[in-house]
Amino acid sequence: MAMKKAFDAFAGPLSRSNPITTQVLGICSALAVTVKMDTAVVMTGALIFVLAGSNIIVSVLRNLIPSRVRIIVMLTIIATLVIVIDQVLKAFLYDISKQLSIFVGLIITNCIVLGRAEAFALKNNVRESAFDGFGNAVGYGFILLLVSAARELFGSGTLLGYRIVPDFLYVENGGWYVNNGLMLLAPGAFIILGLLIWLQRTVNGYTED
Amino acid sequence: MDAISHYLNLAVETIFIKNILLAYFLGMCSFLAISKKVETSIGLGLAVVFVNGITVPVNWMIKEFLLGKGALVWTGIAGMENVDLSFLTFIVFIATIAAMVQLVEMTLDKVSPTLYQSLGIFLPLIAVNCAILGSSLFMVEREYDLIESAVFGTSAGIGFFLAIVTLATMRYKLKYSNVPKGLRGLGIAMLLTGLISMAYMSFSGINL
Repeated sequence: MAMKKAFDAFAGPLSRSNPITTQVLGICSALAVTVKMDTAVVMTGALIFVLAGSNIIVSVLRNLIPSRVRIIVMLTIIATLVIVIDQVLKAFLYDISKQLSIFVGLIITNCIVLGRAEAFALKNNVRESAFDGFGNAVGYGFILLLVSAARELFGSGTLLGYRIVPDFLYVENGGWYVNNGLMLLAPGAFIILGLLIWLQRTVNGYTED
Repeated sequence: MDAISHYLNLAVETIFIKNILLAYFLGMCSFLAISKKVETSIGLGLAVVFVNGITVPVNWMIKEFLLGKGALVWTGIAGMENVDLSFLTFIVFIATIAAMVQLVEMTLDKVSPTLYQSLGIFLPLIAVNCAILGSSLFMVEREYDLIESAVFGTSAGIGFFLAIVTLATMRYKLKYSNVPKGLRGLGIAMLLTGLISMAYMSFSGINL
């Protein structure tokens, strides 16, 4: 029984209650880091660490945190974890951390982290909270990867830096293909995510009124 | 004259071309949640202009006199020129923002209860709005000086205000249209934002 609840906490966010498409949390970073797939992968890793970590810590401390000051306590926990991951990225993946620029720091105000801490970790035991944090981060990463794959494929013809659309098809080389530059710009991100939400909600039969 | 046009340029650039919401996606959560109603959007927009205009310069001072490399030299303690506290940036900025929001709330309550009433619950929510923290982090990354960061903070807020009110009015019109089921709500709002963002891109290249 307990195992089933933990499993639900993990599996739910992957599709049915996906943090981005259904709960509408954490959209800022979902759009900003998806120009290329490698930044999206690193961002997902960072979020898995922060979200699972903050859910576990908040859940351990849930009976000690006075409810009046809980927001500031949770923000402090999250900010500490984000500082750790930011320093790690700067030390080992400097180029990607430069490309992510301020968006690693913005994990602090990413509504997923605070939202899950407030809605789940404050009320549930450590193991379920860990699964919930991990599941939500993976659900978030799943959408991130889909959006970034679409943007990188149509915007630059590559995936994870490897060329997918062959060189000889391009206009410069006597072909007929041109990359869709809009995908690399902000509107492309909005439109791809909008279409993805449409698809996901149609499949799940979820309607907002 | 040069100085004025420089700041004016920065303002126009921040409001239209590098719009904090439409080009950098900051503050999307509240943008999507609040833009269902025009009145509340105006309230949130005003609150963001207000708080952002204050927190960015305040965070600039904190960065300049407390956190940056060698920033503590003014204390006169020996060896301070080698102290670099910039790894604390995130946690100090978020604390400053939360404190400033509280301060603005208390001041408004005393000075102008009507404005305080109209901003309502939006002031406390702003503490966790990524647009505010994002502006402060951009200020650090782009190395603005004090006046520039004041101009940047205010105009980033104005950009947010414009975008959220635009989307709110469009969603108001949307109530009378027949949107496909799965697209209702978030989906259509996303597509609309994409179109607004495309429209704003036509401003790029403007130089005063």
